[in-house]
Amino acid sequence: MSEIANIEELKKLAPPAELRRAPVVEGNQGLSWLTDKLSAFAEAKVPVWWKIAFVPAAFAATVIFPVCLFYQVFTGVGVWGNNHPNMWGWDIVNFIWWVGVAHAGTLISAMLFLTRQHWRTTIGRMAEAMTVFSVMMAGLYPAIHVGRAWFDWFMFPVPTSNGNWPQFKSPLMWDVFAVNTYLMVSSLFFFMGMIPDFAVLRDRSKTRVRKTIFSILAMGWTGSAWQWHNYEKAYVVLCGLCTLLVFTVSSIVGLDFCTAQIAGWHATIFPLYFVIGAVFCGFGMMLCLLTSLRKLCKLEEVITKNHIDKVAKLCLVSGLIINYIYLMEFFIAWYSGDPYERWVFGHRFFGHNYAFFGWMMMLINVLTTQLLWIKKIRANMTVLFFIGVAINFGMWSERMVIVVGSTNQDFLPANWGLYHPTIWDIGLYIGTLGAFFMLYLLFVKFLPVIAISEVKGATPQGDPHHPLGGAQKGGH
Amino acid sequence: MSSKVYGLMAEFSTPGDLLRAAEKLRANGYAKWEPFTPLPIHGLDKVMGYKNSHVGWVALAGGAFMFLNVAFLVWFTNAFEYPIMVGGKPLFSPPMTFVPSYIMMIMGGAFGALLGMLGINQLPRLHNPLFAKKRFEGVTCDKFIIVVGANDGKFCPDGTKKFLESLGAQNVEIVEDQE
Repeated sequence: MSEIANIEELKKLAPPAELRRAPVVEGNQGLSWLTDKLSAFAEAKVPVWWKIAFVPAAFAATVIFPVCLFYQVFTGVGVWGNNHPNMWGWDIVNFIWWVGVAHAGTLISAMLFLTRQHWRTTIGRMAEAMTVFSVMMAGLYPAIHVGRAWFDWFMFPVPTSNGNWPQFKSPLMWDVFAVNTYLMVSSLFFFMGMIPDFAVLRDRSKTRVRKTIFSILAMGWTGSAWQWHNYEKAYVVLCGLCTLLVFTVSSIVGLDFCTAQIAGWHATIFPLYFVIGAVFCGFGMMLCLLTSLRKLCKLEEVITKNHIDKVAKLCLVSGLIINYIYLMEFFIAWYSGDPYERWVFGHRFFGHNYAFFGWMMMLINVLTTQLLWIKKIRANMTVLFFIGVAINFGMWSERMVIVVGSTNQDFLPANWGLYHPTIWDIGLYIGTLGAFFMLYLLFVKFLPVIAISEVKGATPQGDPHHPLGGAQKGGH
Repeated sequence: MSSKVYGLMAEFSTPGDLLRAAEKLRANGYAKWEPFTPLPIHGLDKVMGYKNSHVGWVALAGGAFMFLNVAFLVWFTNAFEYPIMVGGKPLFSPPMTFVPSYIMMIMGGAFGALLGMLGINQLPRLHNPLFAKKRFEGVTCDKFIIVVGANDGKFCPDGTKKFLESLGAQNVEIVEDQE
């Protein structure tokens, strides 16, 4: 009786409906229901849609990908479209694109944790998985575009008899450290976040094989107050470090460009430009993944429309910043008075060769993004899915404009040349897409796709100071 | 195979109940007991009297170690062992070491945080007498459990059981340690 009285009292104190925060989980029926709901997909039989999606992804990842990779490694970078003066082509375009996709994941999982956004608990794990898998894809490109991939160890400071040390004044060298650190740290973060959820799956497992696997992964997690106490501290520290990475990795990629003398690259805005572009592109991918998976995995009550609305708003904010940066970039190119800068930026839209990508960048990143102002569109999952796909293509076009658009016509007309991707460029890109989606599908099916313990912490049943969590009048 | 009493396991159904029980256990002078919960409970650290976790210090040590190490590495490789002159700039200057050192500081800090957490929590630990209890599986679902250790000075199977039940605990059971 006392609990009910408490709830009535609480209702009187609560703010009016329009000011109230939407619950993190809709139709919440308690912790046990939540545990069932969140681990259901990992425990159920493999659904048909999963198989249909998995086969082409796995084909791309295990057939197209290795064929294109090995052919390139055995033959040389010449099999790609890269040539003088376009020394960087799709390899770098796709590298930046994949790193970009990763960034929004870290932003969601780490930065929104530090700002105590409870709704992030429901999508954080999916975002982290996106980060880990896309950094894997990103890291591959620089490793093979060096040409002789078997000399990749030259990039690491390993003592050798020839005394070859890396040259640490170069941002390309910093990139090696940045991308490797990003992969390691986001993997650690991803794994640590899953430890309590591995324990959930361990305790729910029906078969011996499953029990053994999850027991080893959970490492004996009991959920004692002492364990949680240290775990939470480690989680905050890792979130802080991951937040630093959001701003560091793409900045360094940006520095690769702005330390070069090429018109269109030589701008101090690049580090910031790349960070925001990365985040924007990643939110596009996040919209695609969330809108489709919430339906396919039957998680509509947990990944609510309200949460997707917030992701769409963040996407809009990063899109507006990128629009501002475009404006600044063009303004500075004009204001500098440098004829080469003006030439390059004018040709982004009115050149003969790559104007298509310039217009795509404007049409999608500037115009399509504005659709997210409209509340009805932010509530329509199908439209959001296609906006997400469009943003990914728009940001890919932007990288095409930056990388190829700037190098194909530089200071001397004698130096001009065209870039066309070959079948091996295209195959490798399809291969990385396949590998990404294959890994993502495996993650969705076999690992806890939502941070179970974190979502519980964001519900009233998990709060000892809430009547539903057992709080009593005048005390806890 | 001999077995001895490991402790008493008591179940609560809400975090609020657990928090109140924890306060009373502490007030009654019990020392060797621990709550187990499916999620971190706000306010429990204070009741348990935990000080700031040392994980932060381990992460700081890892980060600082890597930062200084990489700064040294840059000096050693580019200025000492095989000096490389680039663009007439000094062979060694702190700004040039900053980016790689900073990046590796993040790596060191992250390893420090994870390994520190595992070390302080004494994980991995695959054997635990509590895992033998079927009811203990509820702790990763919706049950809030307190285990009072048999090594507690105030522990007495019947008295402690009655005390726990008076705090609103359900299913108070003896946990045995198989040796």
